[in-house]
Amino acid sequence: MAYTKPQYKEQFENFIGGEWVAPLSGEYFDNISPVDGEVLTRIPRSNEADVDAAVAAGMKAFETFKYSSVIERSTMLNNIADAIEAKLEDIAVAETLDNGKTVRETLAADVPLVVDHFRYFASVIRGESGDVSDLDTNTISQEVHEPLGVVAQIIPWNFPLLMAAWKIAPALAAGNAVVMKPASATPMSILIMMEAIQEVLPKGLVNIINGAGGKIGKHLSTHPDIKKVGFTGETTTGQLIMQYATENIIPSTLELGGKSPNIFMESIMDKDDEFFDKAIEGLVLFAFNSGEVCTCPSRALIQESIYEPFMKRCLERIEAISQENPLDPANKMGAQCSSTQKEKILEYIKIGKEEGAECLIGGEAYENEKYPNGFYIKPTIFKGHNKMRIFQEEIFGPVLAVTTFKTEEEALEIANDTIYGLGSGIWSRDAHQLHKFSRGIEAGRVWVNCYHLYPSHASFGGYKKSGIGRETHMMMLNSYRHTKNILTSYSKDALGFF
Amino acid sequence: MSTQRVSVTDAAADVIELLKKENGELVFNQSGGCCDGTAPMCYPKSDFYVPSRNIKLGVICGVEFFIDKDQFEYFKHSHITIDVKEEKGAFGNSFSLEIDLGYQFLTKSRIFTDEEYTNLVELT
Repeated sequence: MAYTKPQYKEQFENFIGGEWVAPLSGEYFDNISPVDGEVLTRIPRSNEADVDAAVAAGMKAFETFKYSSVIERSTMLNNIADAIEAKLEDIAVAETLDNGKTVRETLAADVPLVVDHFRYFASVIRGESGDVSDLDTNTISQEVHEPLGVVAQIIPWNFPLLMAAWKIAPALAAGNAVVMKPASATPMSILIMMEAIQEVLPKGLVNIINGAGGKIGKHLSTHPDIKKVGFTGETTTGQLIMQYATENIIPSTLELGGKSPNIFMESIMDKDDEFFDKAIEGLVLFAFNSGEVCTCPSRALIQESIYEPFMKRCLERIEAISQENPLDPANKMGAQCSSTQKEKILEYIKIGKEEGAECLIGGEAYENEKYPNGFYIKPTIFKGHNKMRIFQEEIFGPVLAVTTFKTEEEALEIANDTIYGLGSGIWSRDAHQLHKFSRGIEAGRVWVNCYHLYPSHASFGGYKKSGIGRETHMMMLNSYRHTKNILTSYSKDALGFF
Repeated sequence: MSTQRVSVTDAAADVIELLKKENGELVFNQSGGCCDGTAPMCYPKSDFYVPSRNIKLGVICGVEFFIDKDQFEYFKHSHITIDVKEEKGAFGNSFSLEIDLGYQFLTKSRIFTDEEYTNLVELT
């Protein structure tokens, strides 16, 4: 049974200091739903003064929050998780309408993962402790952690809620205040999530400021009261943010995308069993989230001996992908996030054809009879070679580039022949092969006989040009806090130098 | 030696002129990666330190256009045209200047013909 589109309020505001605040410019922009191409609501177009207000609200909240106990922070994070879970369906539907992804995914992945992320950080901070060393009989060294202050977080439009949770939960768990700028393509779902949690969140601890990134992005990243910038997006703005971070000598962490190899060894077809079925799904996961995933398994490397029968089975599975109504839980793939993104993907499909790649399925826009003005593309597979642009550039759409290999060495060489190193997958029944590839692939995440799992307790981040720093896992806490060393001498004796 | 690697549509040229009026001198760098990654980024020239090994693909409307040297390896067979799309409703999350005005620059590509490929202007 499909969900119906709710009537959202005509206009949202920025969330600053625990209040809903109109932008000082008085200007708003339309938020278009990719599902039907219609205006969902209007969103503030903020300017530098709005950014200043949000940072000031964060500073004020931090003055108290920096002294909060671990119990207080943990309880608050659990309360946030509960409040989101209580409105899970509403938030999932809002995410579908804002981003275009199908509700089957927002109900089962996006929002449950958001809830779990807050619970994970609520729990790990209760379990961790500092570090004390007895340097000698009378000298004790203590390593203690202290929060950074107000941090800026700039998030992407492919997982608007999950990327917000990935950044907000560890920042708060470590004792910081947050100023977040959502992507302008997907501003609404996070504002609906803030409505759900505002009662359990101290005022000013999380501030949401909306608008285009050109000017407010710079103003936020260079603000003297901002102590760290976290960014997920493309490479050039990532470089610019690192450059901006030098102004105040603050850290920045960057997650910048990938062109992830998904490698299928011939042993997957030794039997036609559950595992082989799982491997077929493993290839088809390029269509997960309409392909708009930084770890999209967008390059499939298939051992030549099984290419024909394996691809035949995969194509059957892809032909069964329905994409008519993202609001129907039975629907399998949704819309692309914006009309621009749809155009960019079609441009790559054109490049693939011009480069001489063989189009095995799809290769064009999907004409959706129910939503003719939505932004839909058919899941597409090209067969070609790894030097083609469609094998090297992140298309950020449901477009898979497939090639074959003969030997393990050849597979590893192709897998690593990319400027990125974020995700990767290896599928085999041979334990030796699994080990060889999981250590040989240059990427921050290797999925072994699985793909697209994002548990809170596993680190996530890139090698090479995929970025700097890690997200998820408790190690993330250290990228949101200082380490202070307290070195205490209990000796009564002077050093003897003077 | 007359084939250019990068050109610009009239519509994009108009937006570039608007941005020059607001921001002064500009610079383009072709981006890569996540989200808005396949688009060209336009920043104030004084803001972006162009990585010293980046390749200058050309000049459009008096604005230098750069690309990462590794990315250039697979762009070198493509002619690119910088176009613009009006995008009042949804822009990305980059810091590119045109999105403040409700536009987004796009990179459109085609493969050089053999004749063009032998006549490419030299990289400087």
